[in-house]
Amino acid sequence: MTVTSTARIGAVRDRSGGTALPVLAGAGALALRRTRASRGGEARVTVVGAMSAPLGGDRLRIDVDVAAGARLTVDSAAATVSLPDHEGRPAFYDVRLTVGEGAELRWLPEPVIAAGGSDLRMTTRVRLAAGARLVLREELVLGRHGEAPGHLTTRLTVDHDGRTLLDQALAFGPGAAPGWDGPAVLGGHRTLGQLLLVPPPDLPADLDLPPLSSLTPLAAGPALLLTSTAPRPAFTSTAAALAR
Amino acid sequence: MTTTAEAAQAAGSGAGALSALLLLSDGRFPAGGHAHSGGAEAAVADGRIRDAAGLADFCRGRLHTTGLVAAALAAATTAGLDPLVLDDAADARTPSLALRTVSRRLGRQLMRAARATWPGADLDALAAARPRGAHQPVVLGVTARAAGLRPLDAAHAAAYESAAGPATAAVRLLSLDPFHAAAVLARLAPQIDTTARAAAEAAGRALTHGPTALPAASAPLLDIGAEHHAAWPVRLFAS
Repeated sequence: MTVTSTARIGAVRDRSGGTALPVLAGAGALALRRTRASRGGEARVTVVGAMSAPLGGDRLRIDVDVAAGARLTVDSAAATVSLPDHEGRPAFYDVRLTVGEGAELRWLPEPVIAAGGSDLRMTTRVRLAAGARLVLREELVLGRHGEAPGHLTTRLTVDHDGRTLLDQALAFGPGAAPGWDGPAVLGGHRTLGQLLLVPPPDLPADLDLPPLSSLTPLAAGPALLLTSTAPRPAFTSTAAALAR
Repeated sequence: MTTTAEAAQAAGSGAGALSALLLLSDGRFPAGGHAHSGGAEAAVADGRIRDAAGLADFCRGRLHTTGLVAAALAAATTAGLDPLVLDDAADARTPSLALRTVSRRLGRQLMRAARATWPGADLDALAAARPRGAHQPVVLGVTARAAGLRPLDAAHAAAYESAAGPATAAVRLLSLDPFHAAAVLARLAPQIDTTARAAAEAAGRALTHGPTALPAASAPLLDIGAEHHAAWPVRLFAS
């Protein structure tokens, strides 16, 4: 069965300086829970995968709108595992994030895992107003433990104040362009972690970049991008230190 | 089989177009490319390229990612899209500061050679708007236009360079037999052609849909390797 689900989160600043969630609508495979926030003035939402999704043929979508001055963290209860379907159809997962002036979004989902034989096409489009703040973590894992990778493509586009900060497409696994697993692209590594920070934070004095990683400013606005093919624990601890 | 005249017709719009394309993609054209390894030096240093097979795999990956993007940006520029809009599109598709710096330096060097070789108002305007250098593929696209070439020709030059740069550098880096490096490129030729065609088609779509229609294929290890390489105190190649 094909599942089409669009979940929606709308966050606004309330009168007491906190963040209210007038829109919190899970859909099908994407259930949403308001969870306890750890930072003052913010709301936190945890995406709970209500079933094994995305499965080939699924179309998942999540729209997040953080209005001016509001602060929202979105995380997830578990990794998103892309699974094959018998007909070999691709699944689609589209994320749309809009962050208003003076608003903050911390988008911190667990990894996307491309199980053997699966085919997932992800798009993430982020629109930031001038003065918006963003912490975005994206972790891609090719195959479950000891398993061949599935096919995974992503396109991440981030606009800030009308200019494009980042436009990046990745394609891994069977069916991706030749050379994806070679020494120019992934070189046999099976994870890729990225953390995008707008604006760049003050770097921790004790920051120790793991091997196979880079930290670079983007061109079109105040932004810093961490990219890492290091094993997950090294990436996640560096990402946590930067996103504090 | 096509005749030489037909091949010249296919390669460009006017007399001398095929030779102009050969000149533009000749490693001896004084555009500064010989000082760059296209990421091969960093890859050799950390053991990602050890032999001709590794080089072939590296060139293949570069061709289908940043090579495709460079070819599409070049073709879109030749097709007449605003070079400054495409320069921004190149920024957005180049997360590594080290690679943006290299691309602009190569753009500046190509601009100098191009203005002397095919002088024209479009090159002058881009040089004035980006005095510190526009991105190399954008300068390549304006140059191709000034030389009477088509978008597909510009895409071919960029796609070929994306593989030829590392292949040529690897001869020095690995003491690789030059015959083997040439063979790597010869075996990649069909993929270079299909990449150029895909880039030119994307450039055609960008004429109606804007630069978001251009590919944005990214190669994480090229980005990471370039950032590390830029911090080395001593190196054989500038990038």
